[in-house]
Amino acid sequence: MARLTNSPRFALDPMLPQRFVVERLWRETADTFTVKLEPVDKTADFAFAPGQFNMLYVFGVGEIPISISGDPADNTALLHTTRAVGTVTKAMSRLKPGDMLGLRGPFGSNWPVLEAGGHDIVLVTGGIGLAPLRPALYAILAQREKYGKVVLLYGARTPEDILYKKELARWRAHFDLEVHVTVDRATESWRGNVGVATTLIRRAPFDPQDAVAMICGPEVMMRFTTQELLRRGVDSSRIFVSLERNMKCAIGFCGHCQFGPQFVCKDGPVFALKRVEKLLNTWEV
Amino acid sequence: MYKQTIDELLVRHSFFAGLDPRVIELIAGCGLNEKFSAAGYLAREGQEADKFYLIRHGTVALELRAPGQGPLTIETLQEGDILGWSWLFSPHRWQFDAKALTLVRATAFDGVCLREKCEEDHDLGYEFMKRFAGIMIARLQATRLQLLDLYGTAD
Repeated sequence: MARLTNSPRFALDPMLPQRFVVERLWRETADTFTVKLEPVDKTADFAFAPGQFNMLYVFGVGEIPISISGDPADNTALLHTTRAVGTVTKAMSRLKPGDMLGLRGPFGSNWPVLEAGGHDIVLVTGGIGLAPLRPALYAILAQREKYGKVVLLYGARTPEDILYKKELARWRAHFDLEVHVTVDRATESWRGNVGVATTLIRRAPFDPQDAVAMICGPEVMMRFTTQELLRRGVDSSRIFVSLERNMKCAIGFCGHCQFGPQFVCKDGPVFALKRVEKLLNTWEV
Repeated sequence: MYKQTIDELLVRHSFFAGLDPRVIELIAGCGLNEKFSAAGYLAREGQEADKFYLIRHGTVALELRAPGQGPLTIETLQEGDILGWSWLFSPHRWQFDAKALTLVRATAFDGVCLREKCEEDHDLGYEFMKRFAGIMIARLQATRLQLLDLYGTAD
């Protein structure tokens, strides 16, 4: 499996935000939303690779890293999905069409979508982790013939917390994409799976000798997911995880996101498991 | 159409992997194929647990009833899953309802018969204990992760 590369693309100083206008903002669930941005400078290029993130700056409030959740092939829309949980994201969730944001990016490494050609693909995700994986799925579906089986395993807290419900329903209708959703806590009307996402791995239809796995979710969930994938026979060199740390500069200067010898902003957020598996089990890091 | 025998089903299932052919034959002899319509019950909480199931098709919900809340689904089980260990442990009563969410085809194994065999043959009993302990550990681990509320908000 080829090594991940990151491809920062800066027309300007990477610390200088570019102005973007909120074209639309909509609720995904009770506490998550997607914001659609367009650049003030219409000539600006905002191409990105699946898995990369931008630093979004709500003027006068603060700047935070948010993964890009849209289609990398669609150069008319830049989408970010996040949870309204902190000062900045709560302020962001109140933005209206026409409001302005500062944006730096894209930053970081990407999912190995091209390198995974010819293999079965297993995407395992939980909660808001579906957002950073969605661009990878778009890219895979755009060139579906290049891959073997493609499986999406998604865990959410409750049925109400499931992201991108309509899109999941559309994906389910694909004859060449297996989508399995589970929730930790069911409501009375829920007729789907109940249990953690890791329980879906055992019966998911992919060839463990051939599959490339991409995982995004809370770190505990990713740890147990990797264990389950390894138990099923997926080689650790073909497992990739997206990590999250406190990122500030996004270019490896400030050191806030240091993870052992690496910076999550610059060397990640997507890592080959082999590169980080010891650190994931080191309490002090 | 070819129909798989219970012996063949057991030989191919990871839960029974490595068991002596005589034991497979013994277990298969205690097995009976059953069919449940959607919303039918494979087991009811509090009733005598005299069997366990190997689910061959469909989805089963493990449910608890709470006053005023209706049934709460704790977990769902699918094709290939083993359902029920209460037959092996005193007081041999089901701890949950097990409801078919779809048409369910399952092989039911006579727990009373197997329990007697386990008492007579402790090697067999130890094998069953180890294998059911493996399922219990996996379900406990999954339940712990569920309890962590991993996808909840950080604040």
